[in-house]
Amino acid sequence: MNDKEIIIKKDMFAPAHIDPSKSEKISKPSLNFWQDSWLRVRKNKGAVISLIILGILIIMAFVGPMISPYTYDNQNTKHNNLPPRIQGLENVHWLPFDGTLKRRDGTEYNAYEVRKVDAYYWFGTDNLGRDLFTRTWKGTQVSLFIAFMAALVDMLIGVSYGAVSGYLGGRTDSVMQRIIEVIVGIPNLIIVVLMILILKPGIIPIIIALTITGWTSMARVVRAQVLKYKGQEFVLAAKTLGASDSSIIFKHMIPNMFGIIIINTMFSIPSAIFFEAFLSFIGLGLQEPNASLGTLVNDGFKSMIAFPYQMIIPSIMIALIMICFNLVADGLRDALDPKMRD
Amino acid sequence: MAKYLLKRVIYMIFTLFLVASITFFLMKLIPGSPFNSFEKLSDVQRNILFNKYGLNDPLPVQYLNYMKNLVMGDLGVSFQFNNTPVTELIGNRIGPSAILGLQAMIFGSIFGIFLGTIAALKQNTWIDYTSTFIAVVGKSVPSFIFAGLLQYYIAVKLGWLPVMFWRGPEYTILPTIALSMFPISIAARFMRTEMIDVLGSDYITLAKAKGASRFQISVKHALRNALIPVVTVLGPLAVSLMTGSLVIEQIFGIPGLGEQFVKSINMNDYPVIMGTTILFAVLFVVIILIVDILYGVIDPRIRISGGKTK
Repeated sequence: MNDKEIIIKKDMFAPAHIDPSKSEKISKPSLNFWQDSWLRVRKNKGAVISLIILGILIIMAFVGPMISPYTYDNQNTKHNNLPPRIQGLENVHWLPFDGTLKRRDGTEYNAYEVRKVDAYYWFGTDNLGRDLFTRTWKGTQVSLFIAFMAALVDMLIGVSYGAVSGYLGGRTDSVMQRIIEVIVGIPNLIIVVLMILILKPGIIPIIIALTITGWTSMARVVRAQVLKYKGQEFVLAAKTLGASDSSIIFKHMIPNMFGIIIINTMFSIPSAIFFEAFLSFIGLGLQEPNASLGTLVNDGFKSMIAFPYQMIIPSIMIALIMICFNLVADGLRDALDPKMRD
Repeated sequence: MAKYLLKRVIYMIFTLFLVASITFFLMKLIPGSPFNSFEKLSDVQRNILFNKYGLNDPLPVQYLNYMKNLVMGDLGVSFQFNNTPVTELIGNRIGPSAILGLQAMIFGSIFGIFLGTIAALKQNTWIDYTSTFIAVVGKSVPSFIFAGLLQYYIAVKLGWLPVMFWRGPEYTILPTIALSMFPISIAARFMRTEMIDVLGSDYITLAKAKGASRFQISVKHALRNALIPVVTVLGPLAVSLMTGSLVIEQIFGIPGLGEQFVKSINMNDYPVIMGTTILFAVLFVVIILIVDILYGVIDPRIRISGGKTK
């Protein structure tokens, strides 16, 4: 062992050359908040894949109804309850796109041949002969619209309420917080249902009903953040320089909490999709011929045993959207939340 | 503790009062009357009906009457189901809902805790990934989607279990599974993080050093401590079960509260809607209170000030 030991002498060392002009040089490129966050989101494979799937779904929600030769509300009762059939894929029998249906006794038959239909319905048709491919994408579009709008309104109300409550403090703050406590104490399911009963189902009423209770969590989070920043130097400096209250809140404080606001909004989107589908399910959703994913699933349920594809396709769509949004939100939370930083 | 409890109970009563008032006035705003379907009624007949149910009184009088009756536990009579008292109508339906909710809660939390625990013990193995996958799916996908898919694949296609209705224990299996997906995923996620946290702490290292077996460490030392924070999520879980049960009962044709609620909404049966709403609100508030108290009891470190010291 001993002979392998390397003898280190003093004269082997030379002092490093120090260039005083380069001592301040930053060797890594400087990253702003968004670049830094993106680097961290990118590490999360689930979030990236979900983001891609969501992107495809959103594009399809707009393109889908256009590339289909049918419209979402065009009824053709001669072609009702046809199973899915796609050109080319119809020859692959283990895929559910060959246009066959099962009879009660278990035998299979090709609905298109038996009924002498020449058309192709990619996702099949419903009991009124409307094309389900168009309706599914139209429904996705409507569901996403409701969810995004609800999340946006939640964000606007929540951020302003929370910021005002936290910034003003004192008695205003405690009154505003008591109001939130009471609202949170009432089950939101009940408020949503009652609001829809009064406003009558429709896209706007559903958005209103969802936002009436939805903004509270955002308001709480923002208030906590404002309280945190209120005593910090940059706010005091802005105040000393004579900035107005509103410019301190919106120009100095809010940009510092973008991360948290985005995370909160991302989590409120899937919950809005859920509530919309839920309302459709108890008969308070959109009215015919409009479609959302919730109403499609609900309609599919009625003929589940004979025509299962009518329920399964929109169900898969909802499930996919919800899973992707949740994964993206999780990924963003890990990336944007400073507490989780490694 | 007593002071805290009193404050909470007063808050609770205030919230319930508010819910009852809001429900009452919102009901009055709803377009249409419960007698819309009797269009053949003449004005005189309609008046007689309205008088009978006190619908012709001025609003404040109606409100006072309603509140007075409510305090005495009288929720009025149903407009649609042959004047059956609402309390009776609802009372018959609490049973199935309670059974379903409890089963889902118990099965969901036990299975979820189990999943989360083994995921933490076998971190970064396929067991961990499977459990995480189940948790993500269970948290994201609405329970009625599960209900529909379970009903189709297990009951209709495979024929293993009855498709719907409420006639015996085997009828409760599918709805319970559908409803418990959310508790499973939440409990599993929470349990995994807590367990990993606890497993890294000093007293676990000490237990290992003492030579305690792996099983003993995980069950006796780690699991019990990791369980404490899980209690906090029980409240939100119970509330989510209430929401879920509305649709699940509808899908499986279970004669529970949720099904009654949906039915009365579609029929404009005000007294029943109000009765169920208030019952839901009571359940909601009481569950949250119980969970808060439970939390203090289980974890002595967060006992509210003034609590008994042993």
